[in-house]
Amino acid sequence: MSSSGTRDLAVGIFVVIGLMALAFLSVQVGGLSLGRQGGLVLFATFDDIGGLSNRSPIRIGGVRVGRVTEIELDANLRPRVQLDLSPDLELTIDTMAAIRTSGLLGDQFIALEPGAEDEMLVSGEDVVFTESATNLDKLIGAVVHGGGND
Amino acid sequence: MKGVLSRLGAWVTGGVVGLGQTVNFGASVLRSAFVSPLRGRQIVAAIYDSGVLSLALLCASGATVGFVLGLQLYYTLSRFGAESSLGTAVGLALIRELGPVLTGLLVTGRAGSATCAEIGSMKATDQLDGLRMMAIDPIHFVVMPRALGIIIVMPLLSALFVIFGIGGAYLIGVELLGLDGGSYISGLESAVAFREDVLQSIVKSLIFGVLLALISTYRGYACAPNAVGVSRATTSTVVTTSVCILLADFVLTSLWGV
Repeated sequence: MSSSGTRDLAVGIFVVIGLMALAFLSVQVGGLSLGRQGGLVLFATFDDIGGLSNRSPIRIGGVRVGRVTEIELDANLRPRVQLDLSPDLELTIDTMAAIRTSGLLGDQFIALEPGAEDEMLVSGEDVVFTESATNLDKLIGAVVHGGGND
Repeated sequence: MKGVLSRLGAWVTGGVVGLGQTVNFGASVLRSAFVSPLRGRQIVAAIYDSGVLSLALLCASGATVGFVLGLQLYYTLSRFGAESSLGTAVGLALIRELGPVLTGLLVTGRAGSATCAEIGSMKATDQLDGLRMMAIDPIHFVVMPRALGIIIVMPLLSALFVIFGIGGAYLIGVELLGLDGGSYISGLESAVAFREDVLQSIVKSLIFGVLLALISTYRGYACAPNAVGVSRATTSTVVTTSVCILLADFVLTSLWGV
C-alpha cells in the first residue's frame, strides 16, 4: 500500500512537472497569450519590403508590439503586409510604418511611429503613411554616382 | 525465378496484412479505452514505468544535446559574427525537431522495448489466456493502460527534454563562452511562435507517442509465444518505431508548411 502510494506521488509530481514544462514553452517561450483573438490587425502597403517576411517583428521605439502575419500583392501589384498587434495598443490614424533593419546585416522589422491626430486606427484599417525598405544597392549606387534620387 | 517472385509477393502481402492487423488492433485498443472500468491504477502504473523512470535519462540527454548544440552552433555562428543568434538557433532546432524526435527515439528504447517484452512474455507464459479465462479482456486490462500511458507521457517528456536542452545550451553559450544571457533569451523568445513551433512540437510528440504505443503493444501482443518470438518482437519494435518516427517527422514537418 505504501509503495503504491509513493508511486502515485511520483506519477503526480511527474505529470505536474511535465505540464509546467509544456506551459512554460507555450507561454514564456512561444509567446502564447490566452484570448489573443481580439488583437489589433492593420494593413500597410509598401513599394518594396526588402527582406521582410512572415513573423518579422513590429516595434515602436524598439519595443516589440506584434508580428507580420501575412504578405501578399494587392491589385496594383504592390506588397500589402498584414500586421498583428497587441490588442491594447492605440495608434493614431497618422501613424507611420517604416521597414528598418536592426544593425547592418540584421533582420528587417517594421517600425511604427505614432502621430499626433486624435482619431485612432481600428482593426482592418490601413496604415496610410509607409516608408519602404532601404535598398543597400541603390544607396551605394547613389553615393558612387554622386547623388541622384536622394 | 518463380520462387523469387512468389517470395516477393508473399513479402508484400504479408506486409500489407500486418499493417491491416496493426490498425485493427489499434482500433480495438481505442474502443477499449472507452469501456468502463477506466483501469486508472494500471494507467498510473504505466505512466510510472514509461514516464517517471525515463525522467533521468531524458533530462540528462536533453542537457547533453543542449551542450553539443551550444558548442557547435556557437562555432558556426561566430564565423558570421552572429553568435548572438545562438538562442534563436538552439530554441528552434530543439523545439521543432530535436525535442520530439530524440524523445521519441529514447522512449522507444527505454519504455517501448520494455512494454513489448512485458506483453510478449505474458503471452509466452499464457497469462493473457489466463485473463481471458477469467473473462477479463487482455486488451482492456493489459494493453490499453500501457498504450495510454506512453501517449500521455510523450509530450511531457518532450517538453522537459527541450527545456533541459535550452538550459544546457545556455550554460555553454552564456556561462562558458561568454555570450550575453539577455540576448540569448530574447532571441529565443522573439523567434519562437506558439502556433508554428510549440504547437508543432506538441503535435509531433503526441503522434510519435501514438506510433510507439501502437507498434510496441501490437508487436508484443502478436509475437510468437516463445523466447525467440519475444526477442524478435522487441527488436522489431525498436527498429520499426524508430524508422516510423523519423518518417513521420519528415511528413509532419512538410505538412506544417515551413
